[in-house]
Amino acid sequence: MAGSLVARARPARSSPRSGPRGRVRKTVEVALLAVLVVAMLFPVLWMLETSVKENRDVYAVPAKLVGFDLTLAHYRDVFVGPSGGASDLSVALLNSVVVAGASTILATVLGVPAAWAYSRFTLRAKKDQLFFILSTRFMPPVVVVIPIFLMYRTLGLIDSQLGLILIYTAFNVPFTIWMMKGFVDQVPSEYEDAAMLDGHTRFQAFRRITLPLLLPGIAATAVFALIFSWNEFVYAIFLTSSREVRTAPPAIAGLIGGTTVDWGLVAASACVFAVPVLVFAYLVRKHLVAGVTLGAVRR
Amino acid sequence: MVLTNEPPVREVTPTPPPRRRTSRLGDRGLAALFISPAMLLLLAMSVFPLLWALTLSFTNYSATSSAPAEFVGFANYAEILTSPAVRQRALTTLVYVVGAVTLQTVLGFGIAYLISRRERGRGLLTTVFLVPMMLSPVVVGLFWRFMLDAQFGVVNSLLTSVGLQPVEWLTRQETAMISLIVVDTWQWTPFIMLIALAGLTAVPRYLYEAASIDRASEWFRFRNITLPLVWPLLLIAVMFRAIEAFRLFDLVYILTNGGPGVSTETLSFHVYKVAFLGFNTGTASAYGILMVVVVIVLAQIYLRYLNKLKED
Repeated sequence: MAGSLVARARPARSSPRSGPRGRVRKTVEVALLAVLVVAMLFPVLWMLETSVKENRDVYAVPAKLVGFDLTLAHYRDVFVGPSGGASDLSVALLNSVVVAGASTILATVLGVPAAWAYSRFTLRAKKDQLFFILSTRFMPPVVVVIPIFLMYRTLGLIDSQLGLILIYTAFNVPFTIWMMKGFVDQVPSEYEDAAMLDGHTRFQAFRRITLPLLLPGIAATAVFALIFSWNEFVYAIFLTSSREVRTAPPAIAGLIGGTTVDWGLVAASACVFAVPVLVFAYLVRKHLVAGVTLGAVRR
Repeated sequence: MVLTNEPPVREVTPTPPPRRRTSRLGDRGLAALFISPAMLLLLAMSVFPLLWALTLSFTNYSATSSAPAEFVGFANYAEILTSPAVRQRALTTLVYVVGAVTLQTVLGFGIAYLISRRERGRGLLTTVFLVPMMLSPVVVGLFWRFMLDAQFGVVNSLLTSVGLQPVEWLTRQETAMISLIVVDTWQWTPFIMLIALAGLTAVPRYLYEAASIDRASEWFRFRNITLPLVWPLLLIAVMFRAIEAFRLFDLVYILTNGGPGVSTETLSFHVYKVAFLGFNTGTASAYGILMVVVVIVLAQIYLRYLNKLKED
């Protein structure tokens, strides 16, 4: 329906050769897109809907697509515990902020200078070094976590925020280096040469000339690192357990452990958890291709 | 305010400090200083643990027993490589990887192609399609688990409302794997779409115009202009997805927990069970090392191809 309307509204825009066949084709295309949009968005909308439904409507059979009673109780339960005070989920969300934030900052501080050095200097086996760096990011987390678990047990880092921050930094550094190298490559090295002719050292040239120009790229890279750490689940579930340390993904996953599942609460906490990611992802939409391929592909 | 006669050049490059440091860092020193912290972290958090795992893989070490580990040579590797259980998980993983990645590629490329033919609303459509990809696998897994629930699930509700039989999506062997593939496809089709779209929008317009002057058919244009130009990028996306799918753990953990039986246990999930439920740390390490070898081979192929592409 919507498809045919759109197609009819702009017949003049189609190419000169398109007769009735072209119009049919266009209609089919728009209809297909509409179906696909609905299929992709339906689960998200269903999640939003469930998060504001009264419990009896959440478990209604058949499921109620429309005509349910609204409530914000599930959202209240996300933040407020059953006996008042902060809920476990709100503590977990706060832990997530701390862990994701700290690891992002660390990865940026370590990764940006390295990316600059890889971009500017001719180094021995540079390509191999860069390949090695990205390869570490491809390791299966379940495999890496076995020795990391033993290592952390020896070092006393099990169930600590520091341990989680370190491992997240380690998986964000390869990404930061690859992503930032692309941005540094776009800044002409002549700027630095000119500054050095003016008497700056190479380091000062980096800090005062190049670094300010890199800021937008750094921001985009940091946002991706933030999203990766925020969404991370495997390391979190194996390396942390206590309420004070646990981040949001294992806490949300923990909601389905019991015999009955409060799906309304699951939906509400999933929404609260997902909204910041979607907002941040929207902010860096220009860099999405590079971001999701770990900086390996750029337009 | 207008009185300043200073040449503006001064303000563009900040003046260097009056006193230079006595020992200036050479380029080589600076490069080392900038790269080594990141490298050290990677060595400590990636390479060292893997070496540790490699050592453990030759022992019968168990993380829970206090008995000292004994050297067992290649026994763990022999056990893994000859185990029918592992072979079955490998097959499961293969079915999953091939099924999911194929479906995602076809759908993702299809959507990208449809979007690229729109003149308006491209940005909005792309944004809408990208939502699933940005969500955490935990959120995605949980949510689909609810939607596919045999009793309260909306999917079965929709099925019965059109007169079909409800399906026990996650608790039957045949449908559990299908569900896993569908959910993964839902989440990652946007990934392929995004990269295919980047390729499609980069195809220069004049090529199509030239083709339409020659009265080339639609199929001819697609086959001879669009596909060859988009193919390399698409292949990159597919390889990337294949590596990711091979490592899959979290979605299985949330959605089916490997079940029913072992029908959706991927290699990653099996490693987890051996290591953290069976506590056969030595065996699990050998298992893990073998997986790492596969990943490294795949990643090397991917990176070499990527590099070749960049140089062209």
